[in-house]
Amino acid sequence: MHIVVCVKQVPDWDIPPASFKVDEAAKKVVPPPGVAPVPSQFDAIAVEAAMRIKDAAADTKVTIMSLGAASARDVIKHGLAMGGDEGVLLVDDAFNDLDSTGTATVLSSAIKKLGDVGLVLTGRQAVDWDLGVTGTLIAEMLGAPVITFAKSVTVAGGKVTVERVLPDAFETVEAPLPAVVTVSNELGEPRYPKLQQIMAAARKQVNQWGAADLGLDAAALAPRLTLERLFVPVTDTKVEIMEGDTPEEQADALVRRLQEAKLI
Amino acid sequence: MANGVLVLAELADGAPAPITAELVGAAQRLNAGPVSAMLIGSGVEGAAARITGVETVYVVDNPALAEYTNDAYTQAAVAAAQQAEPAVILLGQTDTGRDLAPALAYKLNTAAAMDTIALEMKDGRLHTTRPAYGGNARAVNSFAAAPAVATVRPKSQDAVEGGSAGRVVKVDFAAGAVRSHVTARTVASSEGVRLEDADVVVTGGRGLGGPEGFQGIEELAHLLGGAVGASRAVADLGWRPVAEQVGLTGKVVSPTIYIAVAVSGASQHMAGCSGSKNIIAINKDPEANIFKAARFGIVGDYKTVLPALIAAVKKAKAGA
Repeated sequence: MHIVVCVKQVPDWDIPPASFKVDEAAKKVVPPPGVAPVPSQFDAIAVEAAMRIKDAAADTKVTIMSLGAASARDVIKHGLAMGGDEGVLLVDDAFNDLDSTGTATVLSSAIKKLGDVGLVLTGRQAVDWDLGVTGTLIAEMLGAPVITFAKSVTVAGGKVTVERVLPDAFETVEAPLPAVVTVSNELGEPRYPKLQQIMAAARKQVNQWGAADLGLDAAALAPRLTLERLFVPVTDTKVEIMEGDTPEEQADALVRRLQEAKLI
Repeated sequence: MANGVLVLAELADGAPAPITAELVGAAQRLNAGPVSAMLIGSGVEGAAARITGVETVYVVDNPALAEYTNDAYTQAAVAAAQQAEPAVILLGQTDTGRDLAPALAYKLNTAAAMDTIALEMKDGRLHTTRPAYGGNARAVNSFAAAPAVATVRPKSQDAVEGGSAGRVVKVDFAAGAVRSHVTARTVASSEGVRLEDADVVVTGGRGLGGPEGFQGIEELAHLLGGAVGASRAVADLGWRPVAEQVGLTGKVVSPTIYIAVAVSGASQHMAGCSGSKNIIAINKDPEANIFKAARFGIVGDYKTVLPALIAAVKKAKAGA
C-alpha cells in the first residue's frame, strides 16, 4: 500500500516564550536568529505512524509530502531518514500564504497525481496555526473518509482501524481505504534517525511540483479565510512571590493572601 | 438572503450542555440577526424545548445520528444550515465541533476559524480572534466566503441562560453514506470533579520526578474540592492519564484557582490554563515561565512546599 504523510515546516516551537516575536506589519513570526525551522511536531508523529505500518508490512511505500518554501526539503529529508521512501516537495510562488483550503487543494491535487494512495496521514494540527482542519479538508477533496486524533493506526483487509483520543474517552473507529487519518501526540515519540539513515535519505528521490504541474490556477487557490492581524497578546500579570525563611512561612503567607482575596 | 446566526446545540445527559448557552450568548452579542440553533442526534427532539434564547431550533433527529460520525453529522448539519440560511454558524471547540466544523464548512463552500476566543461583526462581516503558535500569538481572521463558520472555545463566552424556547422545526433528513464506524468506546475513568468544571485545579508537572509526586497534588486538590491536572510531559510519560492533561492538545480549563506545581509553563501548557482567574505557581526555578502568568508564587522545592501548603490549608479550614 502507498501511504502519503503530509509534513509542514514551521518555526521551532520549542523556544522560550520570551524569544517569540511577531512582525505585525508583515503578519509573520520572526524566528530568533540562528534557530532553524523544524517539522511540525504532530507531523513527525504522523511519519512515525506510517513507519509502524511499514514495520508490520514491508510492501508499504511511504511518500513524505511537504508544501512550503524550498527549505521544506529539509523536513522531507527528515521523514525520509525516519524511513520514508520518496519525497514530494510542492513549491511555487502561487503557494505562498495560502489559507487552509488552498493548502488542502494543493496537497490533495498532488495526492491525486500520485494516483495509487491508500492512506493519507497528517498531524492533528500544525503547531503554527493550530487550526486542525487540513486533514479533514484533504479528505473532503479526495472524497475519502477522515478519522481525527489517532493514537494508533493499523491497516488490514482494505480497512483502517484507528484508536481515537477524546477528552474523556477512547474510541475505536474503522473506515474503508482510501482514508485520511490525523495523528495526535498520544501515538508516541517519533523515531530518531540513525546517521546511516540520514545519509541514505540524501540519496532518496524528491520530486518537486508547482502549480502548473498540478493544473492549479490562482482562482483554485483563492483564500476563504483572511488573516487581518497577528500579534503577541500583552499580559499585565505581576506575580507576588511569597516571602518566608521556611516553606511553612511561605505556605502560611500564601494561604493568608488567598483568604484576604476571599479565594478560600 | 443569508441572515442571522445558527449555533450547534450540544446535549449532556439529555439537557443542553454548558457550551450551548455560551454559543447562544455569543450569537446574541454579535447582533447579526435572529439566533437559531441546530440540534442533531437520535431521540433528541424532546430536548429542543429546553434550548432557550433562540428563535428557532432546527432538529435533525434520526437513528443514523445515534453515534457521532463525521459523515452523518456533516450531512445533518449541512441539511440544517441549508434550511436556516444563516450568515454565521457557531460550534463549540468540543469533540464534536472540532471534528465537524471543517467538513461542514467545506460542504458549504466556505471555511472555518477554529478555537476562537473573541468574535465581532465589523462592516457586516465576522471577525474572529484565536490563539496561534501554541498560545504565543493571537490571529484575527475575517471571511472571504459565506457563511462564516467558527468554533468557539468552551468557557470563553458568557452564557445566556433563560429566555423563551425556540420554535421547533424538523429538518427532513435521509442519511447518505456513512463510511466510518465506531466499533468500541472506553470512557476514561474520572473520580470526583470534572477537570473542565472544577473551580480549583491542581496540576503537577515533570518536575515532580515521577508518578509518586502526585500524592501531594491529589491531597491538595481533594482538600480544596478541586481536580487534578497534568502537564503534557507527565501524560506522555504515562505518570497520569491523558484525560488529566491540561494544554493545547489536552483540556482547556479556566478555574478560579489554578495551582501549578513543578510546571515550567511552556506555551502549549499555558494555552490550556491561561484563562484561569488566579494562577498560583510553585517552582524551584524563579525564572520559570509559569511565574510570568501567575498572580501568586512560591519559589521552592515542591517536596517541602507542598506538605507545608497542605498543612496551612488544613489549619485555615479548621479555623474557619
